[in-house]
Amino acid sequence: MEQRLDRLAQRVADTGLTAIQFVAFVGQAIRLIMQSFHLLVRGPSIGQPVRLRHVVEEIISGGIQSLPVVILMAATIGIMLSIQGIHSLRIFGAETQVSFGLALSIPREFAPLITGIIVAGRSGSQLASRIGSMRLNGEIDALTVMGISPVRFIVAPALIGLLISLPILVAVATVASLTAGQLYIEATIGIASQAFWADVLSVVTMVDLAHCFGKAVLFAFLISLIGIVMGLGVSGGAEVLGRATTSSVVTCIGAIIAADTAVALLL
Amino acid sequence: MSRAPITVTNLTGGYNGTAVIHNCNMQIAAGEIVVIMGGSGSGKSTFLRHLIGLKPPMEGDVQLFGESLYSVDEIARLRLLKGIGVAFQSGALLSSLTVAENVALPLIEHSELDRETIGVIVRMKLDFVGLLGKEDLLPSELSGGMLKRVAVARAIALDPRLTFMDEPSAGLDPVVAAALDELIIKLRDTLGMSVAVVTHELESAFKIADRIVVLDRGHIIFSGSVAEIKASSNQRIQNLINRIAEDEEFDPETHLRRLVGEA
Ligand SMILES: Nc1ncnc2c1ncn2[C@@H]1O[C@H](COP(=O)(O)OP(=O)(O)O)[C@@H](O)[C@H]1O
Ligand SMILES: [Mg+2]
Repeated sequence: MEQRLDRLAQRVADTGLTAIQFVAFVGQAIRLIMQSFHLLVRGPSIGQPVRLRHVVEEIISGGIQSLPVVILMAATIGIMLSIQGIHSLRIFGAETQVSFGLALSIPREFAPLITGIIVAGRSGSQLASRIGSMRLNGEIDALTVMGISPVRFIVAPALIGLLISLPILVAVATVASLTAGQLYIEATIGIASQAFWADVLSVVTMVDLAHCFGKAVLFAFLISLIGIVMGLGVSGGAEVLGRATTSSVVTCIGAIIAADTAVALLL
Repeated sequence: MSRAPITVTNLTGGYNGTAVIHNCNMQIAAGEIVVIMGGSGSGKSTFLRHLIGLKPPMEGDVQLFGESLYSVDEIARLRLLKGIGVAFQSGALLSSLTVAENVALPLIEHSELDRETIGVIVRMKLDFVGLLGKEDLLPSELSGGMLKRVAVARAIALDPRLTFMDEPSAGLDPVVAAALDELIIKLRDTLGMSVAVVTHELESAFKIADRIVVLDRGHIIFSGSVAEIKASSNQRIQNLINRIAEDEEFDPETHLRRLVGEA
C-alpha cells in the first residue's frame, strides 16, 4: 500500500515536472520568436543584423535539400489516394468524381502533413544536433562574448529560413501530389488532364489554400522551435546530445500531428 | 565611476543558488597583465564566466570600462562585450567555419573593413600565434594546441583593450608556450592591452604577470606582484607555488574506513 502510494506520488511528481517543463519550453519558444522578429526588424540599427546569407543557407539546408524526398513522397501519396479513390467510388459507379476527392484532401491535409513530417525528420533533428553540439563545444558562449547575439546568428536564420522554405515545399508537394494522381487517373480511367485540373480548380477554395499555407507556417514554427529549444537545452555530454536529437524528431512529429488534429477539429 | 577595463565589486556567484565564488573584489588597470591562479576546483572557470558576461552574479557587480555588465539589457551587454576578447580553454571555434573565417568573424561583424583588409589582418593575427598557412583548415583538422592558438588569434582580432585567456598554454609544447607568453607581453607593450590569464603554469605566470591573483575555494586570498607572492608567508599560497596538494590532513584511520566503505 505504502509502496503504491509512493509510486503514485512519484507519478504525480513526474507529471508535474513534465507540465513545468512544457510550460518552460513554451515560454522559451515564445521568447525566441519575439527576439528573432525584433532582431529581424531592429537588428541593423542596434548592431545585431540578421544576415541574409545565413537565412539563405538555412533555406538551402532545410528546404532545397528536402525537395527530392518531398516530391517523391507527395507523388506516392497522390497515386495512393487515386487508387483508393477509384476503388471506393466505383462501388457507386462514381469513379470519374475521383479528382474532387484529391482536390479536397491533398492541399488541405496530405501535402502539409507529409511535408511537415519529412521536414521534421530532417531539419528538426539537424537543428537540435547542430545547436546542441555548438552548446557542448562552447560555440554559443563564444558568440555571446564576441558580442554576437546567438539569436540573430543562429536562431533567427533557422526560424525564418524554415518559415520561408516550408510553405514553398508544401506548395511543391501539393502540385507533385495532384500531378501524380492526375497521371495515374488518366492512365487508368482516361480522364484528360484538362478535365482533371478544371475539376480541381472548381472545388479548391481560398479557405483550402489558407489551411494549406497556414499549416505550413504553423509546422515551420513547431519544427524549428522544437529543434532549437532542444538543442539549446543540451548540456553535459555526447549522450545527452544524441538523446536530444532523437527526441526532437519524435517531439516534432508528435507536435505536428497534434496541431493538425487540432486544426481539423477546431476549424 | 571608474573607467578601468574591468572592476569586480563584491562578486558572489555560483550554481543554482550555491555560492562558489565569495565576495570577490578585483580591478585590472589599463596595460596590466593579471594572472589568476588557484588549485583545481578553486573557482577559476566560474569566476571567469562571471567576468565575461556569461553568468549573472548572485550578488555584486562587474563593470567593463566603467559600465555595469549585468544591470543593462542584453543588447547593451553584447555591445559592451564587443570591447573584450576571450580565448576559451578548448578554443570554442565555430566548427562549421575555417580557421581564417573564425578569426575574421569579429572583424566582419563589428568593423566596417573591406574583405581584403580583413584578410590581411587575419593573416597577421595567425602569424602572431604561429599559424600562418593554416587559414583554410577546419577546426576538426587542428590539434588541441592549435585550437587554443586560433582562439587567441580570434580574441585579439579587433585589438580589444581587454583580453581574457583561459589556460592558454596548458598542453602546448614549451617552445610554443614560451612564444605565447612573449605574445601576451607584446600585446601589453605595443597596444597597451590588459590581459587576464587563468593558468596553472607557474613559470609562465611568473614571467608575464604584473600582478597575480590567487583564488582559494572561491575567495581571493592574495593579490600582488610576483615578488610579493614569492615572499608571502601564507601557507596555502606557499603550497600553491610549491605545488603541494591541498588535501586535508592524512589520517590513516579515516582513510582505512573510507576504503572499506564505512565513512
Ligand atoms: N556547472 C556546474 N554546476 C555546479 N557546480 C559546478 C559547475 N561547474 C563547476 N562547479 C563547481 O564549482 C566549483 C569551482 O569549479 P571551477 O570554477 O570549474 O574551478 P576551476 O576552474 O578553478 O577548476 C567546483 O566545486 C565545481 O564542482
Ligand atoms: Mg577550470
